[in-house]
Amino acid sequence: MTFHLTSRAVLLASALAFAPAAFAETPADTLVVAHTIDDIISLDPAQSFEFSGNDVNNNTYDRLVDFDPLDPEAGFQPSLAESWEVSEDGLSITFTLREDATFHSGNPVRAQDAAWSLQRAVKLDKTPAFILTQFGFTAENVDQMITFEGNTLTLTMDKPYAPSFVLNCLTANIASVVDMETVMANEADGDLGNGWLNTNEAGSGAYVLAAWRPNEQVQLTAYEDYWQGAPTMKRVIVRNVAESSAQRLLLEQGDIDVARNLTPTDVESIASVEGVTIQDEPRGRILYMGLNQKDELLSNPAVVEAMKHLVDYEGITSSFLKGQFVTHQSFLPRGYLGALDETPWTYDIEKARQILTDAGIEGGTITTRVRDLREYIDVAQTLQAAMGQVGLTLEIEQMTGAQVLDAYRAREVPIFLGEWGPDYSDPNTNAATFAYNPDNSDEAAAVGLLAWRNAYEVPAEMNEATVAATLEQDTDTRAAMYQDIQRQYQAEAPIVPLFQRIEQVGMGDGVQNWWSGGAISSVMYRQVTKGE
Amino acid sequence: MRRRRARSVAGTILSLALTLLGLLLVTFIIGRVMPIDPVLKVVGDRATQAQYDAAYIAMGLDQPLVVQFLTYIGDVLRGDFGRSISTGQPVSADIARVFPATLELATLGTLIGVVMGVPLGVIAAARRGGIIDQVARVVALVGYSMPIFWLGLMGLLIFYGMLGWVGGPGRQGILYDGMVPNVTGMVLVDSLIAGDWPAFQDAFSHIILPASLLGYYSLAYISRMTRSFMLEQLSQEYITTARVKGLSERAVIWRHALGNIAIPLVTVIALSFGSLLEGSVLTEIIFSWPGLGSYITRGLLSGDMNAVLGGTVVVGACFVVLNLLSDILYRFLDPRST
Repeated sequence: MTFHLTSRAVLLASALAFAPAAFAETPADTLVVAHTIDDIISLDPAQSFEFSGNDVNNNTYDRLVDFDPLDPEAGFQPSLAESWEVSEDGLSITFTLREDATFHSGNPVRAQDAAWSLQRAVKLDKTPAFILTQFGFTAENVDQMITFEGNTLTLTMDKPYAPSFVLNCLTANIASVVDMETVMANEADGDLGNGWLNTNEAGSGAYVLAAWRPNEQVQLTAYEDYWQGAPTMKRVIVRNVAESSAQRLLLEQGDIDVARNLTPTDVESIASVEGVTIQDEPRGRILYMGLNQKDELLSNPAVVEAMKHLVDYEGITSSFLKGQFVTHQSFLPRGYLGALDETPWTYDIEKARQILTDAGIEGGTITTRVRDLREYIDVAQTLQAAMGQVGLTLEIEQMTGAQVLDAYRAREVPIFLGEWGPDYSDPNTNAATFAYNPDNSDEAAAVGLLAWRNAYEVPAEMNEATVAATLEQDTDTRAAMYQDIQRQYQAEAPIVPLFQRIEQVGMGDGVQNWWSGGAISSVMYRQVTKGE
Repeated sequence: MRRRRARSVAGTILSLALTLLGLLLVTFIIGRVMPIDPVLKVVGDRATQAQYDAAYIAMGLDQPLVVQFLTYIGDVLRGDFGRSISTGQPVSADIARVFPATLELATLGTLIGVVMGVPLGVIAAARRGGIIDQVARVVALVGYSMPIFWLGLMGLLIFYGMLGWVGGPGRQGILYDGMVPNVTGMVLVDSLIAGDWPAFQDAFSHIILPASLLGYYSLAYISRMTRSFMLEQLSQEYITTARVKGLSERAVIWRHALGNIAIPLVTVIALSFGSLLEGSVLTEIIFSWPGLGSYITRGLLSGDMNAVLGGTVVVGACFVVLNLLSDILYRFLDPRST
């Protein structure tokens, strides 16, 4: 009897398994993306500072100015603001808002909403707030500094900042315009709607948040009344798929349209598959080597100089980092205003040995901590081998990302290997972290600054140059100033940019106009189409 | 008689509750001494010291450990497991979402393991040294020595990638995801409740591969245990007696011997089920299965102690329930208690 039942169950099961219905291609009006999205903590644009959260915000909210995903090189463009004017003293900018935009609630987008959104972000003071507060806004003064009248909004700053600096910052996620009435209707305990917006959305963007299941999926549906026209893709589904090989299989089977986390191995094997293309897009993240100046050996300028020649730039980018990084030796990523493309350092063991001999250094040992990610470990081991050839011993301790970050912020990582992603699309974002450190004392606790974390006492004139570049009104002059800072930085700084990240996106043939956000922004779906 | 049984059940529950409390205490302490800073996870890499301090206090980390633990226990008793710092959601909501996914997978896996493992073990014992016995041994050996992630990837590659017989990673295909009303959180059950046959087929095609994989591992264990229990029974005197009495070999093995190993077998199955509930982490990751195992692991790696503690309570409670169930089954199956 038992046996009889079992065999019937097995038959039934195999019949089901063979049923073909479930494995059709993705629907023509739906874009399905596989991505690791387990970093989303909050969807409130005043708080969200993780890649995947920003990806969602960038599609559900608009900002005063924004990038054109079909022409990102053009830089910031009018969006909710039709035009703007800088006052003669350079202290304020007045934006004129368009009048045909509406929020997903149906409410019109008013200058008042935009002003309130910026004020709200400053008052909430979550991690990304510094992108706005660096213009002199505080919780106390922001109601006077950011004002509206009719359909105009005026920002008044504490200094005459470069207009390109201000406008670049306004393309950041934190400058998203939220629907004041909807948010305030959901306020609890004076949190300015933060609790509600963590899991909901109140924007005017091309997409409406239909569902978010943490670590599983984000679903967006097209906003039909979008002021730039309803997007072609009526649904966007982003699925959390952690494994590269799983993403690859899904793509090969046509169950997804886009795979965003493919390893070099999977990229290589999928590239030959018919119906699949790989798109390379430079991202803003810089893989760098921080040489902590608290370490006696590393604080020797000769060691710093030698280390720059102990990195096998070409070997690394052509082997294990293949296709996912390119050599880049300055702190501004390609794609940024003023980014420097010069690569002064080459892998040269002899030269490194000579530099050390001239300085009278005969070996030494450094113990460092590296995040247990395959690529960082590989880079560390390559470095270890090269250092070994010149008599320097590198001992590597592997740790989780959280542990390394903790130690790094406590200035306890001798040689840091890891990535830094820009916070907003202006060159000041990296200049202010790599090349600015006004107080190098432990008490300063400037944990946000990479220079401080590596105990790098930035020379006074470089600190000043970094500040001056934020005030330069002429954009070309400003770009030249950043190039100067980067050259000086290359010559002497103990924080050594090595590579820039490339995102290799696997896509089904039909997908057109995909843009992951390039070096400067987050992904944008509204321009994406799927042909036959 | 009934009162004594009630008292012993109450005793079991009390001791299990204490076990659970101890488990929580240990997990809590491990969580607090772990060299991972949960505040950093919340405020991120770029936070200033002031923002960091504000979050530190908001999370109650400035309180003494004892106070933190007592507060936590108090909250748990009121059904509040706190908020997860890696999803930003209440832990209870997270668990309500991830647990059914794991339960569904583990149940089907155990079912496969039992339905195939028990007969395999019985036959292997009855025909000791025969072909089936050899096969069973190889099956068990492979099950013990093959890394689960490798088998999982191979399974995906062959049955999904090459043959297209089963659905890919995830619990459902995109067309069906979220389409069936959520009643139990178990997609197979929910689609049956909704009477949505295509959704059921889709969910089945997604679960069958990971469940078979887990089933295979529990099969390897269950068949081996069944075999050794059976061998022990078959050497007993009453079996010889039964045979002498002229009972058919089939009746001797399937009715008498199997009936007598039912009790230890229940324990084995319960244990195997319990370990599938907590230990299917790798399977969940390979198949992008949003379950409890990957939830706890992710929580652990990011210092998300509320998530880890919440998950621990659930796993602990599962063991409590499984223990109670097998206890009750014992009484039910044990001929001496009737």
